[in-house]
Amino acid sequence: MIAALLDLLGALLLLVGSVFMLLGGLGLVRMPDVFNRIQAGTKTTTLGTLLTLSGVGLLQPDWALKLLLIGLFILFTNPLSAQVLARAAHRIGLRKTPLTRVDRLAEDTGEDA
Amino acid sequence: MVDVPVVTSVAAPVMLLVSLAAILAGVAFLLALWRFLQGPTAADRVVAFDVLTIVSITGILLTALAEGRGIYLDVALIYGLLSFLGVIVVARHLEGGL
Amino acid sequence: MGSVTTLHELSGLTMVPLLAILLLFWVALNASLSWQVLSVGITVSLLIGWLFRRGLSPLTELRATPASYRAGLGFVWHFLRELVRSNLNLARVVLSPDLPVNPGIVKVRTRLQSPMGRLLLANAITLTPGTLTVELQDEWLYVHWVQVESADIDAATARIVAGFERYLEVMYG
Repeated sequence: MIAALLDLLGALLLLVGSVFMLLGGLGLVRMPDVFNRIQAGTKTTTLGTLLTLSGVGLLQPDWALKLLLIGLFILFTNPLSAQVLARAAHRIGLRKTPLTRVDRLAEDTGEDA
Repeated sequence: MVDVPVVTSVAAPVMLLVSLAAILAGVAFLLALWRFLQGPTAADRVVAFDVLTIVSITGILLTALAEGRGIYLDVALIYGLLSFLGVIVVARHLEGGL
Repeated sequence: MGSVTTLHELSGLTMVPLLAILLLFWVALNASLSWQVLSVGITVSLLIGWLFRRGLSPLTELRATPASYRAGLGFVWHFLRELVRSNLNLARVVLSPDLPVNPGIVKVRTRLQSPMGRLLLANAITLTPGTLTVELQDEWLYVHWVQVESADIDAATARIVAGFERYLEVMYG
């Protein structure tokens, strides 16, 4: 009985994780420039993957350690790669959406905002 | 055929939810793929690539679950590592390209 | 706080044990000593060692005090809540037909001195509602914000940095 409930909870976590990834994909398509797209991509895949990892962990408790390892890895590397990419995009002066209100970084480095 | 251990204890609603999750992750993959093909800049493609690989990790997890094989988790881990290094290297290359 | 002994002071010793621990952990997880397992383990350990070659590791600079561990738990909890909020916030934006974005890059300041503290702060900011660290220069962070609430340094710092800094200050100084 309890095992069945845990399975159900695990499956629900998998589903919720996938919903967030779907939203991330949608953000990737809809967001107006590369910086906003990075925002959409990195947040949703981080939470989404953590949720699906937890879901699989409930369905297959034997795998818990390895799933935890993958989770920790994603938790550290996902934001890092987002930042490295955002920095590169800014340094090479990629177009920002005309909606952009302010760019303190461009002001400070003397580029055109 | 290899003897594949099938998860038999799983009830029907669980199978339904897991399948639904697989479909949603598949749609997420397609949306990211659209951005990957569309660009317009190399950085856009790299973001899309990052999302594609991380969504694939969930895909690998679902496959591992469906086939009851833990060995796929190693694949997922290495996949994540390669994706991270790939993004870092391409980002550095973008910066160095100027 | 006074003079707190940090594990960082021992960091000359950290690299080799770190690699050994990683490798051991890997072998234990696999419960196997086959050459495939070992070669993958050694490769990945070396890669991680290379990535953290400057001794950057969440543990090497963490203060070894009970207060610091408590702050660490507080940080993780606060972070997870912010991560969920961040995703719900993003969901609201991408699901709105008119895509309500008002983006910009603001400048904020951190009081944190330790490189690891700053790195964790930058990572935490990237995973919290609407913000993404673009550049780190000494005490300054440049943060992309999907919905800019204020371009003023102090106001933006209070909004973006303060929540995490509270914990990280105790953990890393």
